[in-house]
Amino acid sequence: MLILNINGERKSVDVPDDMPLLWVLRDVIGLTGTKFGCGIAQCGACTVHLDGLAVRSCVLPVSAVGDKAITTIEGVGASEVGRKVQQAWLAIEVVQCGYCQSGQIMSATALLAGTPAPSDAQIDAAMSGNICRCGTYVRIREAIKQAATGRKLVPQTIPNEAAAASSGTDAPGQAFLSVRQEDAA
Amino acid sequence: MKPARILLAALGVVVAGAVAFSAYALLTVGDGRETGAPQPAAAGAPANLTDPVARGEYLARAADCIACHTVPGGQAFAGGVAFKTPFGTLYSTNITADKATGIGDWSDEDFVRALHAGVRKDGKPLYPAFPYTSYTALSRDDILAIKAYLFSLPPAHAPARANALGFPYNQRWALSFWNVLFLKKARFEPVEGKSAAWNRGAYLATALGHCEECHTPRNALFAVKRSQALSGEVLQGWKAYNITADKTYGIGGWTDRQLADYLSTGHAAGRGTASGPMGEVVQNSLQYLTPEDIGALVAYLRAVEPRQGAAGSELNEQPPLALASTADAPGAEELARGGLGQHLFQGACAGCHLWNGQGRQSAEAALLGTQAVNDPAAYNLTQVILHGTTLQTAHGQTSMPSFGRAYTDTEVAALGNFVLTHFGGKQAGLTAEEVAKRRAQ
Amino acid sequence: MNTRPDLLPGEGPDNPSRRQALKTGGLVVAFLWLGGGAKVLGRAGQPGRIEAGDPAFAPNAYIRVGAGGAVHLVMPSIEMGQGAYTGQATLLAEEMDLGLDQIVVEHAPANRRLYANPLVGEQATGGSTTIRYCWTTLRQAGAAARSLLVAAAAARWKVEPAQCTVTRGVIRHEASGRSAGYGEVAAAAARLPVPERVVEKDPGAFALIGKPLRRVDTAGKVDGSLPFGIDIRVPGMKVATVRACPTIGGKLLAVDDARARQVPGFVAIVKIDNAVAAIGEHFWAAKQALAALDIRWDHGPHASFSTEQLFKELADASRNGTPILAREVGNVDGVKGKAVEATYELPLLAHTTMEPLNTVVHVRPDGCEIWTGTQVPARAVDVAAKVTGLKPETIVVHNQYMGGGFGRRLFEDSIEQAVAFARQVDYPLKVVWTREEDLAQDRYRPAYHDRIAATLDAEGRPVAWRDRITSASVLAKFAPGAMGKNGLDSDAVEGAAELPYEVPNLKVEWVRHDLPEGLHPGWWRGVGPAHNVFVVEGFVDELAHAAGKDPVAYRRDLLQKNPRALGVLDLAASKAGWGAGTLPPRVGRGVALATPFGSYLCVIVEVEVSPQGGIALRRAVAAVDCGVVVNPNTVEAQIQGGLIFGWTAALYNGITIRNGAVEQSNFNDYRMMRINETPPIEVHIVDSKEVPGGIGETGTVMAFPSLINALFAATGVRLRKYPIDRSALVQGADALKAVVTEAFDEAATAVAKGAA
Repeated sequence: MLILNINGERKSVDVPDDMPLLWVLRDVIGLTGTKFGCGIAQCGACTVHLDGLAVRSCVLPVSAVGDKAITTIEGVGASEVGRKVQQAWLAIEVVQCGYCQSGQIMSATALLAGTPAPSDAQIDAAMSGNICRCGTYVRIREAIKQAATGRKLVPQTIPNEAAAASSGTDAPGQAFLSVRQEDAA
Repeated sequence: MKPARILLAALGVVVAGAVAFSAYALLTVGDGRETGAPQPAAAGAPANLTDPVARGEYLARAADCIACHTVPGGQAFAGGVAFKTPFGTLYSTNITADKATGIGDWSDEDFVRALHAGVRKDGKPLYPAFPYTSYTALSRDDILAIKAYLFSLPPAHAPARANALGFPYNQRWALSFWNVLFLKKARFEPVEGKSAAWNRGAYLATALGHCEECHTPRNALFAVKRSQALSGEVLQGWKAYNITADKTYGIGGWTDRQLADYLSTGHAAGRGTASGPMGEVVQNSLQYLTPEDIGALVAYLRAVEPRQGAAGSELNEQPPLALASTADAPGAEELARGGLGQHLFQGACAGCHLWNGQGRQSAEAALLGTQAVNDPAAYNLTQVILHGTTLQTAHGQTSMPSFGRAYTDTEVAALGNFVLTHFGGKQAGLTAEEVAKRRAQ
Repeated sequence: MNTRPDLLPGEGPDNPSRRQALKTGGLVVAFLWLGGGAKVLGRAGQPGRIEAGDPAFAPNAYIRVGAGGAVHLVMPSIEMGQGAYTGQATLLAEEMDLGLDQIVVEHAPANRRLYANPLVGEQATGGSTTIRYCWTTLRQAGAAARSLLVAAAAARWKVEPAQCTVTRGVIRHEASGRSAGYGEVAAAAARLPVPERVVEKDPGAFALIGKPLRRVDTAGKVDGSLPFGIDIRVPGMKVATVRACPTIGGKLLAVDDARARQVPGFVAIVKIDNAVAAIGEHFWAAKQALAALDIRWDHGPHASFSTEQLFKELADASRNGTPILAREVGNVDGVKGKAVEATYELPLLAHTTMEPLNTVVHVRPDGCEIWTGTQVPARAVDVAAKVTGLKPETIVVHNQYMGGGFGRRLFEDSIEQAVAFARQVDYPLKVVWTREEDLAQDRYRPAYHDRIAATLDAEGRPVAWRDRITSASVLAKFAPGAMGKNGLDSDAVEGAAELPYEVPNLKVEWVRHDLPEGLHPGWWRGVGPAHNVFVVEGFVDELAHAAGKDPVAYRRDLLQKNPRALGVLDLAASKAGWGAGTLPPRVGRGVALATPFGSYLCVIVEVEVSPQGGIALRRAVAAVDCGVVVNPNTVEAQIQGGLIFGWTAALYNGITIRNGAVEQSNFNDYRMMRINETPPIEVHIVDSKEVPGGIGETGTVMAFPSLINALFAATGVRLRKYPIDRSALVQGADALKAVVTEAFDEAATAVAKGAA
């Protein structure tokens, strides 16, 4: 019987020592936000935090966790950085199919927690282990910057006029994307 | 005497000598010198193992028979493993008890003679890829226990594959001469004045474990150079590291705990993880040894004469670039410098190994202080990147996938050089051309 | 040209306008065939209770209004990341005068009659058809619902419906000051007859269409709460993972599970003809147990098959096979001029959706429930009925959000397999494929061998154009009845038969050469055009070079009668700064232009190639004219993502087969582009009133030729196959002998920095 500290809660699980944390989370505890993508730590879909450090849970034996605090996508919003990252992800509309995004958000949150204003090169260094088949990388980069700076950005080359028109009053309460501040060109 | 006669006489002496040598070689090839020699004091199996088959299993593991006689996924001991040597390709044989294709009709004598003298049942010499130069030191009892174990297993019908050797290496009889020169047919004799543990370790390391077959450099005739025992050698593209007690180039700086951990689990904190052929040795053999036997091996290795070796890798435990990195990113200066190697490391490697080399998912992924990232020729590093590595022990499985198929020679070279510089503080000099050569190995 | 005829529901397949639609694509044709001649009526379909809950108002298959005012919209096309739910919901909400924040979207159940894409006749999502074909249907459905709700309110208030307005789901009669929410009049509206035809909104009044609205499906995708198929957990469920015979067409002979029984959590093994599954209490137990099985295979008749053999066979068939005419214009024979010819080869490709294939199945004596993410829910019912012998009406498919489709989930093989395993046990079984299984058992984009030739006049214009394509047929496998009368697979020639350029004499043919039985060809993002546009646009670049012309100028000259194509060419060239300034050595720009799926695109890519053949993408500019834009946010995302999907394949991918088995196993050897390889990608959308074109696959189509042409511009090396052989791009003989230092590296890091 192992006791795990997950998203601030203690959970006891009876699993084999060599079972990767990913499957303990998904199939035993039922936290399915953490995803299975490759099983060999090449895609990053399974990324969670161990004491704030991003780890690939698909190859992390549960017995190696010890008393370290596990944070998953279900709990990352409890931290301010995590919440900002999630909000930026929605504001920039990063997500397409969304399957890899749990891992992307976990990697981005770990990056920003240690490096609050990352450069492009630092974003690459921390985020290149996360594969996205939909190809949302351009927006991931922008979302990390928005989460870091709080500055509203729309990565799109959507004409300003369309975005501006969208914020009109004809549909109050409508969730529009935020308006790009600079000239799209 | 006239010069011509002198020459003739000298030639006569040479010819007579050659004839005598040939006669001796051919007459003695099958002689295992078992003539009632005393049983070595240090028999291979733990004393509490009394069942012959159980003893045999322990000994077969300690001698790592399975590594060479089992193809991946194939039936144990059915042979067929290819050995690429500079002379051509050899295939291991079926040593199950199958009468038609294995050793089912071998007598005890046949089997003992094979290990002691390196000859087949028909008396023809075996190629020294089979480490009879080490096994010759085994006791008869131990050899027969191994045979009993092999005969307790289900036989496999697996005809031997024909070796692919060019002339003159395909002439088996010539091995008789090689044996005269390089096979010292003698049983292990405990050394007086050394501890029981050392003596036991020596028997395990030399007669059974045949460490020298990989870790000792070889001469032009493929015989181990005893004067440079255990100082490291490159074999099939992998480097068997210097395991002498040299503090800088060998394992003299390792603690007993690190040595014992490495041997029994394949991993030593701060020293790295067994991979490639050594990973297989741990997986197939060393992990099954008793703690006492591991301790004996450590005692023996501790006392191996320190040697720098031919191409020593100086361990740099304070590589500046790794120390300047965090888990998530390299230092600003290095990051700004960029590079293809760094670029590739970001994508495929950093997730597990971390920029500071501390590892992430498992201790096995830690790179700092390991031999692989300190070998300027990057032998094992290249092999691990190309082919990946897996270590399966009682503690579970760790593996790294292979990147050879999808990454070019240029990329592998760049990645290797980045890793050597970043984690080993080395001036790295790997070229795409060199990677291409190693890929073919 | 590729303008989509304005089709109406109910037109038979023999209708000329439909036949014209056939020109636009094989996958669409396949769907048409699947529907047969049946009339599939979306808006006039049977209203009523589709799901539990019995909504007060359900005027058609898509709209459910509860008495409490909740509006649920049932999505005929599935969501796999492409933004289909947002697009469909926008069309419905626009006409209903609702905000996207006021509606709840639901997965459609498997029901061909109600949810078949009304113009293509099958309940399937693919071929970039969603917006093209929902454009009319869903706006009609929304407008009809609004008219009924307004009519109900007007009747209650005894006023003219025309005097009522609707804002965010609230009906108002200004003069009397009365108002009512949709829920209040839902029950009354349900009693009114559904109108035959209603007037849709004037585009000038659009409040939602054309605006960069937030997606409807993303909130639950950033906090882990939205379940994908793989996340489904059913009480009593066990988990299985599978190994099918790795050799093409091989069978299972025997399995020894002695070692698997030692695995903690192991439950059982189940077998089918060509595969075995290990069942565990959780996936880890199943995976460990599967690894511990000693399996014997009958490797079957293709155990020596290889991709080398395949390409040899294709080349041979191209020369000696029987060509089927796809399109002929004028007469290509006897045209005089400068001859240019080339051979292109394209590899087998895998999909590698991020979410590995998975299905939860519970087979009971009286029925079967399936939870999975599929692009073809009705086909899932078909195969479950076939495997179990149960009546289709007892089979329920709960469709789920998909972690990527890309065409893989247009095939129901993994569902059929899961049902075949699950019927052997009495508990719900979740079958999850490993990534290794995903790569070994894909429905691969087929390989192609294309020989293309042109004759140039004195100005360098092509006056004769020949293209002979040789490949297996996806269509013949997916929908055999959709094959042309002469045996033509329209998908194989889509993007080749109809060129955007003016060419007076043209002959395009196809030679069919099937893959060995058991190696299945499949749809892959971009379908026919992803293959043909690479060849056509690579070759047009070769022609420009042969004519000594600038590639953009050369294309411009040939597009004088194609204003929309010319428009995107000029827009992209201007935004990219084509021709302005000089580029550094080994930096080049490539252009590609095409008109796939009823849209017009031009993409310009800038690359840098290191002396050792390393490739860095520096920048990409896309110009898109896809007619009326429903959501520019989605268009941009799809172009960016589609380009990366295609570049990934061009740079790294290609399934190879040796000894009858696929050699690639996971992302270590089937490599993916990563964020540090991604350049800034600008997407410029042309303001257009034309009917919407497809968008989800267009970026992928453009990726291949734009990159290959850029590499030519940077190095002078013309690549006619992929994955790109980077050793062909090495500069000078000594480059490989040089220590691989940081020389290339500025370029590599510059990738990410780009225009930021």
